[in-house]
Amino acid sequence: MSVVVVGASAAGFATAEGLRRNGYDGALTLVGAEPELPYDRPPLSKQVLTGQWDADRIRLCGQDKADDLGLDLRLGTPAAALDVAARRLSLADGTELPYEQLVLATGVGPRPLPGTEGLRGVRMLRSLEDALALRAELRPGTRLVVIGAGFLGTEIAAAARTLEAEVWLVEPEPVPLGVAVGAEVGEFVAGLHRERGVHLRTGPGAAVRDFKANAGEVEAVVLEDGTELPCDLVVVAIGSVPSTGWLAGSGLTLGDGIECDSRCSAAPGVYAAGDVASWFHEHAGVRVRLEHRTNATEQGLYVARALLGQAGEPFTPVPYFWSDQYETKLTAFGLLRGADEIRVVEGAIADGAFVALYRKGNRLTGVLGVRRAKSVRQWRALLAAGSGWDEAFADSPK
Amino acid sequence: MKITIDRDRCCGAGQCVLAAPDVFDQDDEEGLVVVLEESPAPEHHQAVREAASVCPTATIEVTE
Repeated sequence: MSVVVVGASAAGFATAEGLRRNGYDGALTLVGAEPELPYDRPPLSKQVLTGQWDADRIRLCGQDKADDLGLDLRLGTPAAALDVAARRLSLADGTELPYEQLVLATGVGPRPLPGTEGLRGVRMLRSLEDALALRAELRPGTRLVVIGAGFLGTEIAAAARTLEAEVWLVEPEPVPLGVAVGAEVGEFVAGLHRERGVHLRTGPGAAVRDFKANAGEVEAVVLEDGTELPCDLVVVAIGSVPSTGWLAGSGLTLGDGIECDSRCSAAPGVYAAGDVASWFHEHAGVRVRLEHRTNATEQGLYVARALLGQAGEPFTPVPYFWSDQYETKLTAFGLLRGADEIRVVEGAIADGAFVALYRKGNRLTGVLGVRRAKSVRQWRALLAAGSGWDEAFADSPK
Repeated sequence: MKITIDRDRCCGAGQCVLAAPDVFDQDDEEGLVVVLEESPAPEHHQAVREAASVCPTATIEVTE
């Protein structure tokens, strides 16, 4: 057998490592668009951005380990086209790679903001190179506008404040992280940022209307309500787009990501893993695509077993994510978006130490906590079991 | 078998505790990994290898 894995970040590398661990000793090629050896992305908006960790600290794999694993590494060579029928992958440098089994783990790219093309001083953060470039520009007093208060935007704002930059965080939703974790927890996160002196602007009036520039260099962000925010630097963090453009015409179904069945298979001999994979989660009963670091590993390891015929059951993980906001770590299991109710079952949000449960319809769909991480994990079993909401309280681990 | 951890990397997912509850725990607040047995008995070895492999941030290193 020969396996080609496209994407040399967390999901792709986990797949490659999982294949070897599970006994696969055939040809194994790992293709990466970036010239870098596999590295971990969550620290980019945290420890790398604050300068606490250097690039070596975030490597998932050095050249020695790649050699031990017998990886044919093709770095700095983006994939360009796929012919599923002929089982052949083409790379941007013209290389043609035939395969028997293919794993697509190309991740996502940052969503660009229209109107920022060619404007100097406007940055996005996805790669190690992006993080180091941004780091080099953040100094005490640097006036930074972060556009978008999702996980990435809030973490960048926190890191920049830690470096004593002057930070404006702008977001058209009512609260930071509101879409991801709900209004109550979002308001708590807003408080953390205000306490640290971030200038938080939220709501429809805080949508970005325009930019002012001087000789092609950004000098102010203009909001919908007319406010002008003079700045030295802008970071756009308004979400991401699955990296599937190169798969147009491949015959694969591309919706919000590469559409797979409940076993992460997109076509005979083709699997997807990580941020780019959209699969049918049989327990949740919905199609799911997760941009969680933990899912990248879990799904990569699952796909490795699936390739070897060892997976057994469909892929039905209990999602997990965490976010660092200054010294506060949020941890959560489940699917939290679009909840009908959020109920605090331990501690209090106002005290900054709590566990909150999320309900959608009659089901328990998620749990999130701050300074109660071990308690949070104890609700995981109920999520895995697909517990109803009322039953969750009857079976409360507390 | 010897377990070493890089605790700064830990993200508190608790996957290690699910895989090998006799060997790993989490602290209450941040959920960071706590190793209960640095040199676990042979009957735990398979579970520890599993814990290391499912750790999403490669926090756990196992030397045998």
